[in-house]
Amino acid sequence: MTEFILPNAWLIPFLPFLGFALIALFLHRWPKVSAGVSIALIAAGFIFSLFVASAVFSEPGGAVYEFTTRWLEMSGLKVDMGLLLDPLSAVMLLVVTSIATLVQIYSIGYMKEDPGFASYFAYQSLFAASMLGLVLSNNFGQMFVFWELVGICSYFLIGFWFGLPSAKNAAIKAFVTNRVGDFGFLLGILFLQIIFGTLTFSGLAEAVPAYTNMALMVPVAVLLFLGPMGKSAQFPLHVWLPDAMEGPTPVSALIHAATMVAAGVYLVARAFFIFSSVPEAMTVIAVIGGFTALFAATIALAQNDIKRILAYSTLSQLGYMMMAMGVGAMTAGMFHLTTHAFFKSLLFLGAGSVIHAMAGEQDIWKMGNLSKKMPVTTWTFIIGALALAGIPPLSGFWSKDEILLGAYASGHYGLYILGAFVAFLTAFYMFRLIFVAFFGSNKEGEHAHESPGVMTVPLIILAVAAVFVGFVNSPFMHHLFGEFISHPMGIQPHPSSMIMISSSLIAVAGIVLAWLIYQKEVISHLALRERFKGIHQLLQNKYYMDEFYARMGQIFVYGAAQLMFWFDIHVINAFVDLVARFTGKSGDTLKYTEDGQVQNYALYMVAGALILVVVATMAAVSVIA
Amino acid sequence: MIGLPHYLLLGSFLFCIGVFGVLTRRNAIAVLMSIELMLNAVNINLVAANKFAAADAVTGQLLAVFVIVVAAAEIAVGLALIISIFRQRKSVELNDFNLLKW
Repeated sequence: MTEFILPNAWLIPFLPFLGFALIALFLHRWPKVSAGVSIALIAAGFIFSLFVASAVFSEPGGAVYEFTTRWLEMSGLKVDMGLLLDPLSAVMLLVVTSIATLVQIYSIGYMKEDPGFASYFAYQSLFAASMLGLVLSNNFGQMFVFWELVGICSYFLIGFWFGLPSAKNAAIKAFVTNRVGDFGFLLGILFLQIIFGTLTFSGLAEAVPAYTNMALMVPVAVLLFLGPMGKSAQFPLHVWLPDAMEGPTPVSALIHAATMVAAGVYLVARAFFIFSSVPEAMTVIAVIGGFTALFAATIALAQNDIKRILAYSTLSQLGYMMMAMGVGAMTAGMFHLTTHAFFKSLLFLGAGSVIHAMAGEQDIWKMGNLSKKMPVTTWTFIIGALALAGIPPLSGFWSKDEILLGAYASGHYGLYILGAFVAFLTAFYMFRLIFVAFFGSNKEGEHAHESPGVMTVPLIILAVAAVFVGFVNSPFMHHLFGEFISHPMGIQPHPSSMIMISSSLIAVAGIVLAWLIYQKEVISHLALRERFKGIHQLLQNKYYMDEFYARMGQIFVYGAAQLMFWFDIHVINAFVDLVARFTGKSGDTLKYTEDGQVQNYALYMVAGALILVVVATMAAVSVIA
Repeated sequence: MIGLPHYLLLGSFLFCIGVFGVLTRRNAIAVLMSIELMLNAVNINLVAANKFAAADAVTGQLLAVFVIVVAAAEIAVGLALIISIFRQRKSVELNDFNLLKW
């Protein structure tokens, strides 16, 4: 089986694509069949991925299989396409296929009454195909194609309920914001093609470290990083991700928490040989990641919508991963991507279960006391939150700890303190959500009901994963993850018990503080809100970033339009008017030569003929002379 | 001995008289007659050129006959037009025919 699947790994993205085509063309009339086909094909992809992973991880350090074929060839341009199976892509394959399978199964319950049930699964299949194609690409060009494909799937699924103006606008916002990042990404890719003449990762990995013209490599690396900034929603291109929560909740879990938004981090890991050879770019990545982590975590403190809290948490964690990449802890970044994929999709699916039970209500203050009615959702959600907060021995603890360790060991003490503070905020806002929504005194949660088994079983599976996935890079398993996924330019510091203990204490402190404020109400959150009214307003309005962009858009777009308008009226229009007026005036003047006297016309003719004769004679004379 | 320049000079004189008549006479009939002068000046040129440049050929004579035919047709049409205009306007003075103007 393994011998069959390795050269045929293209089947892994192809099967979901086949599912998409089948549903879109034939099966959409039978929603249940559509869902079944979609789930069966992605599950087959998961099984294939297991075989791929077993082959890749069978050798110490990980085997690498690359299959390449020439896509097109022109003079001076050779474009290859191919598959790259290495530990990095194998891990991503497992993450994407397993979570996609669980999310699709969950969607059967969540989307049950939706009229667009079949097309939902068609989009899900297309997304899975694009994401798997992105993961398996062995060169930047092919990756960019799939990069844009996941972008368009994200657009379709955010705007899935396009009847709602908010969903429609959110989809457009996501698309436009990503265009900004992808433009830079494409420029970066073109620069790579021009400088190195190849786009394959293996070819570039040889050529880039030998290249010394830093004046050119710095902008190229920063341009390349613009792509991950858009896709992984890093400040200042983060504004689309919270709005993307307008889509169905399982979509948020799969695309906007676990996989697609992690594609940016994956790209940085994949192209780590480029970024790590440009220290300036690494600093940019680390600072932007760290800032995003803090920025988003503070916003999450003051949000009331359950999905938006999770969205800002995702932003914050993506910032964490980027920060890890930037300080050189590539292993830690990828590890956090993996664990985060499981516990954050768990949290989103749990939130979806709550929203489902509350008939669409998303305000945590209108929930309360859900723990009695929805035990499975509650406990899996708490496991997810504990993992996110970094409580040992759950998965988030191991990965977050490694990022902090990486920042500390590489000498980025500022980023270490920032990361530790963000860990505190993370624990605090997650347990604020839990205490208010699941244990609050509000009675409105009374008529909620536990979700059906098709939704709770994926939650339980993900909860188990959220607990245990972290062990693959723990001392108990000899840091197995780092054995396979690492880079010579990256750092893999030795675990420090000081950092482990302090980060656990920080997380516990955040939980305790949330408990004191929102459960015991020792400190009244209303009084706090009143006391820090300005800050609360600022956070609740997301630092007014959307308003800022809207204002900037108005100033620059409207200003540019005004300028163009002035130019059009006073330059282009004026010139056209001048031509018309000149023609009109000369016609007005010259028309009096047409006086109706035939003999005058004859006179003009004779005069003209005479002039011609004179000119011709003079020319002839000058030729003879 | 009378040579080509003499004929050409005669033709030129006749042509200039014709042009002068076309430009200065107000009577439409007189203008038509002046045009006849110009055409005949051309005929003299054609015949003279034929005789002195290519005596064996008859190209010039042939063209002159054509011109005479065209001139006859032109006079027929021209006179018909003038009669028609005279019936409308009771005049053959070209000054009076200035309706087609700005």
